[in-house]
Amino acid sequence: MFRLDGKVALVTGASGGIGREIARALHAQGAVVVLSGTRQAVLEEVAASIGAEGGADRLHVCPADLSDAAAADALVASAEEKAGAPLAILVNNAGLTRDTLAIRMKDEDWNRVLDVDLAAPFRLCRAALKGMLRRRAGRIVNIASVVGVTGNAGQANYAAAKAGMIGMGKSLAQEAGSRGVTVNTVVPGFVQTAMTDVLPDAHKEKLVGSIPLGRMGQASDIAPAVVYLASDEAGWVTGATIHVNGGMAMV
Amino acid sequence: MSEIADKVKKIVVEHLGVDESKVTPDASFIDDLGADSLDTVELVMAFEEAFSVEIPEDAAEKITTVKDAIDYIEKQKAA
Repeated sequence: MFRLDGKVALVTGASGGIGREIARALHAQGAVVVLSGTRQAVLEEVAASIGAEGGADRLHVCPADLSDAAAADALVASAEEKAGAPLAILVNNAGLTRDTLAIRMKDEDWNRVLDVDLAAPFRLCRAALKGMLRRRAGRIVNIASVVGVTGNAGQANYAAAKAGMIGMGKSLAQEAGSRGVTVNTVVPGFVQTAMTDVLPDAHKEKLVGSIPLGRMGQASDIAPAVVYLASDEAGWVTGATIHVNGGMAMV
Repeated sequence: MSEIADKVKKIVVEHLGVDESKVTPDASFIDDLGADSLDTVELVMAFEEAFSVEIPEDAAEKITTVKDAIDYIEKQKAA
């Protein structure tokens, strides 16, 4: 089950904690994986690490700065060129945070997060859908965040972008459904990554206390949900929001 | 038949997978040729690309038949 042999998958933010595990998991199922991110050297390291277990020829690196609209628009085409085949799976995982309380939040903090975390995924979806609709096949998996559903002090920008991503995904799912193309959202809870390492320890302890399963998530807890949604077996699942959060928010 | 009309017809046949004989000027994309709303958007985008024209949303909404498409593109090209 859940094999992805020969399918081309593009994973953005593949240099980050969750992104690299998603790339690893898709690759392990047989996919041809194009890793995107801003740092070429880190992407190459990730590719080398995944490829060390075999299948290095199914890994490609395609750097892009998603705060640049033109770069986001061009990424699907360049990924297809690198992989030498049309895109079957798009995983919008890239995201960044600029945390601060709203009264101190600058326009620049707001705009940068909305650009990278919401506008860029839309641009990638739009580019990917054109081909997927024509081919009558395709899987889009967007990676949101629990704070897009629950809100979080200090993250008005990030929460707005991630909530927007969930609504966008549901709309695209309705647009693309008649062509067998699915669009779903995976909503991770608090996962141990560089993004959450910066949280104060006391805050982290409090967070863990609110998680019924009693621990922060690992990137490897998230990736299998993406594999499932990318698979043929998930062909009747679209517009869904899959929460992977240790029970922190049962929505 | 004009070159534009030929090309429009070809795009419609290709995109909707219908028989060429069905693509008459009066044929409605949705009622006669089995298109859904997504097909009509894709058709408009295909016309835009093939003829290097821009078809704004309000004009696109009025293009419901093969003749509508041909007339609109001919007018744009003549302008």
